[in-house]
Amino acid sequence: MPASVAITGIAGNLGRKLARILHGETHVIGFDRRPLRDRPKDVEHHQLDIRKARVEDVFRRSAIQAIAHLGLKHDPRDDAAEAHSFNVAGTQKLLDIAARHGVKKVVLLSSANVYGPAPGNPNFLPEETPLLGAARLPGYRDLIEVDMYVQSFMWRHPEIETVILRPVNIVGPTVRNAPSNYLRLERPITVMGFDPMVQLIHEEDVCRAIALALRPGVHGVYNVTGPGEIPLSAALRELGRTPVPLPHFLVRPVVKRLFESRLSSYPPGEVDYIQYLCAVDGSRFIRDTGWTPRYSIRETLRSLLSSR
Amino acid sequence: MAGIGEEIQERLRRWTLELGGPGTRERLQKLTPPRNEYGVDPYGFDVDYLQAAAAPVLWLYRKYFRVKAFGLENVPNEGPVLLVGNHSGQLPFDAAMVEAACLVDKDPPRAVRALVDKWVPTLPFVSTLFARCGQVVGTPENCRRLLSAGEALLVFPEGTRGLNKPFSQRYQLQAFGLGFMRLALENGAPIVPVGVVGAEEQAPAFLDIQPLARMLAFPHFPVTLTGLPLPMPVRYRIWFGEPMRFTGSADDEDAVLEAKVARVRDAVAGLLARGLAEREHVFW
Repeated sequence: MPASVAITGIAGNLGRKLARILHGETHVIGFDRRPLRDRPKDVEHHQLDIRKARVEDVFRRSAIQAIAHLGLKHDPRDDAAEAHSFNVAGTQKLLDIAARHGVKKVVLLSSANVYGPAPGNPNFLPEETPLLGAARLPGYRDLIEVDMYVQSFMWRHPEIETVILRPVNIVGPTVRNAPSNYLRLERPITVMGFDPMVQLIHEEDVCRAIALALRPGVHGVYNVTGPGEIPLSAALRELGRTPVPLPHFLVRPVVKRLFESRLSSYPPGEVDYIQYLCAVDGSRFIRDTGWTPRYSIRETLRSLLSSR
Repeated sequence: MAGIGEEIQERLRRWTLELGGPGTRERLQKLTPPRNEYGVDPYGFDVDYLQAAAAPVLWLYRKYFRVKAFGLENVPNEGPVLLVGNHSGQLPFDAAMVEAACLVDKDPPRAVRALVDKWVPTLPFVSTLFARCGQVVGTPENCRRLLSAGEALLVFPEGTRGLNKPFSQRYQLQAFGLGFMRLALENGAPIVPVGVVGAEEQAPAFLDIQPLARMLAFPHFPVTLTGLPLPMPVRYRIWFGEPMRFTGSADDEDAVLEAKVARVRDAVAGLLARGLAEREHVFW
């Protein structure tokens, strides 16, 4: 483990969890615009925007060896231009600083959703798959752009070990993202007659995967899979949900109305994920790092229940 | 489980065992694909579901099409294999019948995965039904993965060209795609040629309304005598030929592969010629 690790987005649910996993092993330095509640004493926190010049000051002062870049915004209600600047320009600034100040490792938390669901998808998408996730879901544009930017950074700075992690849908007691919000609904909308296989990973498992990626020697682009694949219907049954199936020609207009009238936070583009396959092949990460998730499918799903 | 109540499923399962004939339960127990705590394999194949969903297919197999299968011993009991057949009949009942033959008339049975067009996952219910029964979209990645896991795949290299051809072209094999040969070479998988006799006459089509097909995003829109492409009770005869093994590089030029594909196509044509010669009547 590197002697000091900077975590962007440390005040988020995943960031806090990662800090808790790492702080005993290494010096953790957090960056976030939000304050960091109940932080362990040995965690250093800088409450500032990563686009600000003061970020470089921190890098000048403390010899940061590695960066875990988690601080991307993807709330579909955010102002798109501001989020875009924060995500893309922020990442560029951060990586420039990293290259200037001798950082040895950069880990980006991307997502397996960058590939995008499509009826013609193979059952397990490899890392080489083109990132078409934004074709129907503009919300993924920033993430894809950041992912691609970090790929180009990988080529420009071969001396820095850069890792892009593309985990499957992250769920858990604290995360609030589209898949976990969806699975928390008592009566989730489903697409009648469609039941794609879904892949989930527990939030703690993702943090453990990031910790693995921070170790020296790991570099490259990796899909990160959890304990396996299940039909969406089986996941909803396990959680005791009552699905509301809508015919495929109605589901998008309905979800759009609900989203626009603020009755739900589920963006219409996400419907593709409950209709078509977007599952990935995680064998490369397993082979190169010995990755094994700790939570079974059932435990991963049930962790969503404990948050209520 | 995908919209069908437990009780109905149980009844369907019993029907499957009944239609399968004596010893079906024991035979089907020999099917042991990997499955997780939710009863499915990573592709969504569910053996229990298959047993239920197989009932209507088996009814067609035994009672409606009264299928006769020849040469099932040519299908290896284990290891990767590509079953390569002729495609016909407007609706792909031929695939279902080949799979049913490998399930109930072969001992030990084999769960054969048909490669489906990427159009299928856009269809409600059908997409789910197919996935639970082990069918997968025929992308090269899927095929590679399944063959290296030692699974049996059913391929129709004619695709919808064969399936939806007009009645006037019955038993004329259309152009074969080359993809299956690359997969066979890459994975060292044998090819079992399959000739399906009967399906060509099940739903004679005399028209293909392309503009309508495009409008509905269907590959073809065949018009049959009855208007709908529903099958008539023809008798199916399915011939499984001896396994063929090919050597060479999967990366060879198309021309080199075409020669190999032509041998498979000839083998299928040979099975069809024999099946047609020995057939006395379309319906019995």
